Amino acid sequence: MPQQPDVAQLKKMCSQIRRDIVRMVHACQSGHPGGSLGCTEFFAALYFRILKHDSLFNPDGAGEDLFFLSNGHISPVWYSTLARSGYFDVKELATFRKINSRLQGHPATHEHLPGIRVASGSLGQGLSVAIGAALAKKLNKDDRRVFVLMGDGEQQEGQVWEAAMYAAHNKVDNLIATIDYNGQQIDGPLKDILDLKDLKAKWESFGWSVITSNGNDLEGIIAALENAKSLSGNGKPVMNLMTTVMGNGVDFMMGSHKWHGVAPNDEELKKALAQLEETLGDY
Amino acid sequence: MTKFTFTEKKDTRSGFGVGLHELGKQNPNVVALCADLTGSLKMDAFKKEYPERFFQIGIAEANMMGIAAGLTIGGKIPFTGTFANFSTGRVYDQIRQSIAYSGKNVKICASHAGLTLGEDGATHQILEDIGMMKMVPGMTVIVPCDHAQTKAATLALGNHMGPTYLRFGRPSWPVFTTGRPFEIGKADKMIEGTDVTIFACGHLVWLAIEAEEKLAAKGVSAEVINIHTIKPLDVEAILQSVSKTGCVVTCEEHQINGGLGDSVAQVLGRFNPLPIEMIAVNDSFGESGTPLDLLKKYGLSTDNIVAAAERVMLRKK
Repeated sequence: MPQQPDVAQLKKMCSQIRRDIVRMVHACQSGHPGGSLGCTEFFAALYFRILKHDSLFNPDGAGEDLFFLSNGHISPVWYSTLARSGYFDVKELATFRKINSRLQGHPATHEHLPGIRVASGSLGQGLSVAIGAALAKKLNKDDRRVFVLMGDGEQQEGQVWEAAMYAAHNKVDNLIATIDYNGQQIDGPLKDILDLKDLKAKWESFGWSVITSNGNDLEGIIAALENAKSLSGNGKPVMNLMTTVMGNGVDFMMGSHKWHGVAPNDEELKKALAQLEETLGDY
Repeated sequence: MTKFTFTEKKDTRSGFGVGLHELGKQNPNVVALCADLTGSLKMDAFKKEYPERFFQIGIAEANMMGIAAGLTIGGKIPFTGTFANFSTGRVYDQIRQSIAYSGKNVKICASHAGLTLGEDGATHQILEDIGMMKMVPGMTVIVPCDHAQTKAATLALGNHMGPTYLRFGRPSWPVFTTGRPFEIGKADKMIEGTDVTIFACGHLVWLAIEAEEKLAAKGVSAEVINIHTIKPLDVEAILQSVSKTGCVVTCEEHQINGGLGDSVAQVLGRFNPLPIEMIAVNDSFGESGTPLDLLKKYGLSTDNIVAAAERVMLRKK
């Protein structure tokens, strides 16, 4: 891993990742900008401060921390972060969702894009896969950790709770999960569609160590993930309930489910980019 | 002329259990997962000897498939065990996305397939699983015929890369392939004949052998080929046989839609259109009963195979 950037540098990185996101979804006129923008600080913190990882990419990830994205529709933020971390050329971001691209609409291993270890998109599956990878690490006496991000709407999938039960019962304590708690899903606010009620109490009652964080506060999310690391290895899996604002960083996209899966038009792109400083060079 | 007999009956699931146990000894990367059916899947020996490599998942098959996919990241070779119904239909999307599309080397081992599950009835008697699994891109589909072949197939999976569906069953059934070579993707010609080819898989291979004997008594020379690997299909063996016999009967404990018969008919249609009859369940669910009573009621008995052979021979040009 290159030398860790400081917070000021990471903030610049976030601005550039956000530019990448809106430009990617604009270029193919499809994709999911809302959740991607909301999770930008989380991805920047993860890849530039938290994970021990190698952009040369070994699919098995022996001796590395692993990350799985369960809510695969926020692929733009992941692709941008991977490219900006050196997994592949940032120019390739221009191929997102286009024919013959390694950057599929939802993350896939089929085209061998470095950084991706399992396909995701059909919701509810990533936590189970992360548990399997964490179990393999234990069998291999590999003391690195496994991280996974899920959406909050995804918590409506039953498989999530099968996995929640399993990980706690079997003390899968090298596992750190995060939920992007933005309160929105594609049809509207979660509380109207299918309310999750007290999500913190639910995960605690399933036997997890639960922390809460503000995912749009860069220093806050770094501290939360560091805290999650320190809580791991103690017999319990760790859950980071991370509040974010969907569409964060682009004022007209913020806090509304309307930008969950809609691309900006030319004028909206211009308006969005005017709010996001080009810090590291557009692809 | 090859003559097949048997001295004992055993369940194919026990062949899986023995094979898995042996594989555990051969390869430390082999791990096993089970969704609360360890006894039914005969996984106890593996569990006892290799507890650190055995994962009791509970009644949560979707989670089991995801965990299996994750275990491959780190070099493990996971074998999942549950009933065929819960191994396929219940978890189709997990298999599709986390295992097959992701190219994961997971071995999906499924017991209690088909009508011969018997008394539990239609809720558990899945007859669509071969079709579902053979449609998944990149999935290998194996349906061994007896205890010995199920053991051989399980052992073969240890050196085979890629997602695989291994289908076996519950009833005590003749053991007649002991010592026969087994190779994934290579059909096994059991009996040579000239008038009609009977392609069979799973439990119905034995019934095809019985049918051959009855046909021989009537002066009909039937060739019996065990298509234990439905996918990839041994097209060459099929075409070679039918070019000699000129007509086909397929036999399987599965729906007529989507099974072995469909696969063989596709080969015939594309390369050598010839008359075909299919012994399979005709678009219905099963019911409770003994395995043999069910096979008879749903038209999958030895006599049904004999009649189909006689019918299809009349259609030869």
